[in-house]
Amino acid sequence: MSEDDDQTEAIAARVRDAAAAGTPVAIRGGGSKPFYGHRLDGEALDVSRHRGVLNYEPTELMLTARAGTPLVELEELLAANGQMFAFEPPHFGGGATLGGAVATGLSGPRRPFAGALRDHLLGVRIVDGNGSVGRFGGEVIKNVAGYDVSRLTVGALGTLGVVLEVSVKVLPRPETERTVCLEMAPEEIHGRIEDALRNGAPITGAAHDGDRAWIRLAGATSAVTAGADWLGGDTPTDETFWSRLRDHTMDFFRGDTAEPLWRLSLPPGGRSPDLPGKRVVDWGGQLHWLRSDASAEGIRRETAAIGGHATVFRGGDAATAVFTPLEPALARFHGRLKRAFDPHGVLNPGRMYPEF
Amino acid sequence: MTATTPYHTDDTAFAVQAPRVIERLRAALPERSLVVEEAERRAYESDGLSAFRQLPLVVAIPDTIEQVQAVLATCHDLGVPVVARGSGTSLSGGALPHPQGVLLSLARFNQILELDPERRLARVQPGVRNLAISEAAAAHGLYYAPDPSSQIACSIGGNIAENAGGVHCLKYGLTVHNVLDVTLATIEGDIVTVGSQALDTPGYDLLALMHGSEGMLGVILEATVRLLPEPLTKQVLLAAFDSAATAGNAVAGLIAAGIVPAGLEMMDGPAIKAAEDFVHAGYPTDAAAILICELDGGTEEVVADTARVDALLRDSGATEVRVARDADERARFWAGRKAAFPAAGRISPDYYCMDGTIPRKHLGEVLTRIADMGREHGLGVVNVFHAGDGNLHPLILYDGNTPGELEQAEAFGARILELCVEKGGTITGEHGVGVEKINEMCIQFNDAERETFFAIKRAFDPPGLLNPGKAIPTLNRCAEFGAMHVHHGEVAHPELERY
Ligand SMILES: Cc1cc2nc3c(=O)[nH]c(=O)nc-3n(C[C@H](O)[C@H](O)[C@H](O)COP(=O)(O)OP(=O)(O)OC[C@H]3O[C@@H](n4cnc5c(N)ncnc54)[C@H](O)[C@@H]3O)c2cc1C
Repeated sequence: MSEDDDQTEAIAARVRDAAAAGTPVAIRGGGSKPFYGHRLDGEALDVSRHRGVLNYEPTELMLTARAGTPLVELEELLAANGQMFAFEPPHFGGGATLGGAVATGLSGPRRPFAGALRDHLLGVRIVDGNGSVGRFGGEVIKNVAGYDVSRLTVGALGTLGVVLEVSVKVLPRPETERTVCLEMAPEEIHGRIEDALRNGAPITGAAHDGDRAWIRLAGATSAVTAGADWLGGDTPTDETFWSRLRDHTMDFFRGDTAEPLWRLSLPPGGRSPDLPGKRVVDWGGQLHWLRSDASAEGIRRETAAIGGHATVFRGGDAATAVFTPLEPALARFHGRLKRAFDPHGVLNPGRMYPEF
Repeated sequence: MTATTPYHTDDTAFAVQAPRVIERLRAALPERSLVVEEAERRAYESDGLSAFRQLPLVVAIPDTIEQVQAVLATCHDLGVPVVARGSGTSLSGGALPHPQGVLLSLARFNQILELDPERRLARVQPGVRNLAISEAAAAHGLYYAPDPSSQIACSIGGNIAENAGGVHCLKYGLTVHNVLDVTLATIEGDIVTVGSQALDTPGYDLLALMHGSEGMLGVILEATVRLLPEPLTKQVLLAAFDSAATAGNAVAGLIAAGIVPAGLEMMDGPAIKAAEDFVHAGYPTDAAAILICELDGGTEEVVADTARVDALLRDSGATEVRVARDADERARFWAGRKAAFPAAGRISPDYYCMDGTIPRKHLGEVLTRIADMGREHGLGVVNVFHAGDGNLHPLILYDGNTPGELEQAEAFGARILELCVEKGGTITGEHGVGVEKINEMCIQFNDAERETFFAIKRAFDPPGLLNPGKAIPTLNRCAEFGAMHVHHGEVAHPELERY
C-alpha cells in the first residue's frame, strides 16, 4: 500500500466538480457487476485505485479496508489468519471489490444461516453528493451513536454516496465443512433443514440445482459429523458447487438464453411461486433464480402474492424496472433520502430506480 | 435531580397552545386514554435515567392504531412535539417527555399477534415485553435471542428504537439482526412497513435505519421477529483473575483462538462483592475480576469447547476456573451477573450507568484509567459488562442528595465516553444517545456528519416533531459545548484539569 492508494481527495474533488456542474458520475469499482441495476450514462468515476487494508486485527474480529480493495485479496488475508467473511460475498468476476460488495449488498449461500453483508457491517466512510467526506458507524461490534448510515449504504448501488472505506466483522473459519446431497423437491428443503437445525446440525447452505438438494454443514467436526449423519444422503464429489452457485458460473447461469434471469426473494417455508421456466433454488428455498420469459408483471404479481419480491438480475430490457417498484409512501422517503445525501443528483442517478 | 432541563432552548421553541391540544385529543381518545392531571403525569416524568425529570404536557395511552394516528395527526396539525414511550426503561433519557409535548405510551399494544413455530417468526405489537416473546416461544423449543438485562420489563418497540443488545449478542446479534420487519406510523399520517419476511427488501435498508433511531423517525406499531431454536446444550465457566487487565487480555485471547462464546461477561472486584452480598452466588470475593463464559451447541462440541476455554483461561492467567456441574450451578454463575445492577443499587443511593464500547484489546488499560478517574472525582465505580463485545458499563456510584455529587458523576461519565472515542470506540453501544450523551455526539461526529443525520430526520419527520432535542445535537448546542471541547477528543486546554 502506498500514498497513492489513498484517493480520498481525488474522489471527493471529482464529486464536488460533478455537483457544481450538475453532471452525473457512474461509480465503478472492479467492474464485476455492471449488469446489476439500470444502465448508467454518467462519466465513469473509477474507485478501484483507492485500495489497501487499513486495519486488521484478528483478535478484534474486524477488518477495515478501502473500497477498491479486491475481495480475493481480502479473503486470502483472512484465510491466512483462519478467518472469513461469514456472508460469503458473491464475486461475479475476478475484480470484485469490497466497495462493490457493499454497494450491491449481495450475500452468498450462507446468508440465511450466518446473516447478510449488512449484518456484518460495522462502519463506512463515504463521500456524499456534495463531495463531503463522513464516517459513520465504526470499528466496534456495538454502536448506536447516530442513525445507522452505514447500513443505509448497503445495496444502495452508490446512489447515496461513494463508499471509501468499509469496516466489517469477520469470523473464525469453521473447523470442518461437508456437503451432502439429498433427493427431494425444493419445497421439502425448508422442513428438512428446520428439523436438522433443531437437532443441532450446523447448516451453512441449502440449495437445489433442479435435480437434487445440496446441504452444506460447517462448524465443529463433531457437530458436522452428527448433522451429516442425521441428514443422510450422499457425499458429492463436486467440491466447487457452492462457489459456482455463489458466482453464477454454473451452466444454469451461463447458458446463452434469451430469457432474463430473475432473482426471487421469498419468505421462509412458503409455497414456491407458480411460474414457468427453469430454476435453481438457494437459501433453503428463500431465493429462487428463475429463467423465464413470463411477463414482468406476472412474475412480480405471483412473487408479491407470497410475500416476496422479484428483481431482473440479468438480461432485462430497458423498459422493465429492475427492482420491484416501491409503494408511494416508501418511494417518497427514498426520494427524500436521495436528496438528503445527493442534492444535485449526481451519484449513479437512476441505477436503482429511474426516479432517483 | 438536575436543576436545569436537559433540553436546549432550540428544542423547546414550539408554539403550543395546551388547551387546544388537549381539546383535540379529548375528541379523539376515550377518557381513560388521556392523562391530564399533574399528579398522574408525574408517573411518566422520567425513564430509566432517573437523574432527568420532565413533566409532559399530556400523556396519551391509545388502544388502537387509529387512535395512534389521531394523536400523531393532532401533533402534526398543531405543531406539537410527541415522544413515544414503551416501558420507560431507557438509560439515556430516550423516553424523557418533552415539556411542550405529548407523551405517547404504547403500553396497551401488548399482544403477540402471531407465533409461527414452523417458520420461526413472531409478529408482535410494540408494547410486548421482550421476555414475553421468549416465554411464548418456549413451548415450541424456540426463543427470541436479544436479551437485555431489562428484558422482563422493556418493550420490543423500545428495543428496536434503541437497537438493544444483551448478553448473547456476540454470537446471536443485536436487535437489528433479529427483526424482519417493522410497521410504523409516520408524523405525516402514513402507515408503512419496512423490511419483510423475505431475507431482503427492494430499496434502501430502511429497516436497519429504524433500529436505534430513538423514536425520531416514526412510531413503531408492529414488528416481526425471528425466533431461534434453543441450543441443545449449554455450559458456563467462571474464571477468577487477580487484575482486571489480565481478565481483559484473557477476553482477547479467547476470541483470537477462534472461540465465539454465546456470552462473555466481566465483573470487577467491587461488582463481585456487591453481587455476592446480594444474591450469594458463591463468587470468589477476593478476585479482582471474574469472567463468565457461556458456550452452547451440540453436546460433543460444547464439551470440546469447554476444555479449550478452560485451558485458554488458565494460560491467560486465571487464578481459578470453575466449570458448572449442573443446571443449578450454571444458573448460580449467572445469578450474580444478572443481579449486578440492583446489587449496585444496594451499595450506593444512586448509580449512573455508562455504555461506551471500545476495541477489546484496550479493555485492561481503559479499566485502569476509569479507576484512576474515579479517584480523581472522589466517586466509586463498579464495572459489570459485555466483555466479549467490548461494551463497557461502568456504574458510577453517587448520592443525589449530596450537593455536587450528581454533577461529579456526570463529569466523570463524560470523561469515560471521551476515553472510549479516543480508543477508537463509541459513546454508546446499546443504550442510545437520548438526552444523556447528546453533547458527546459533538465529539464523535463533525458538523457535516451531524447535518447528514438531520437530513435523514427531515426525510421522515419534516416538521421535526418526533422526540425533538434527542440524539442529534444542533449546531448551537455543539458550539456551546465546543467552548470546552474540540472534535475527536482533543481538548482545548489539555494542561487544565477538567471535571
Ligand atoms: C436495569 C436495566 C438494565 C438494562 N439492560 C440493558 C441491556 O442489557 N441492553 C440494552 O440494550 N439495554 C438495556 N437497558 C436499557 C433499556 O432497557 C433498553 O434501551 C430498552 O430497549 C428500552 O425499552 P423500553 O420499552 O423501556 O423503551 P423506552 O424507555 O420507553 O423508550 C426508549 C426509546 O424508544 C422509543 N420508543 C419506545 N417505544 C417506541 C415505539 N413504539 N415507536 C417508536 N419509538 C419508541 C422512545 O421514544 C425512546 O426514545 C437496561 C435498562 C435497565 C433499567
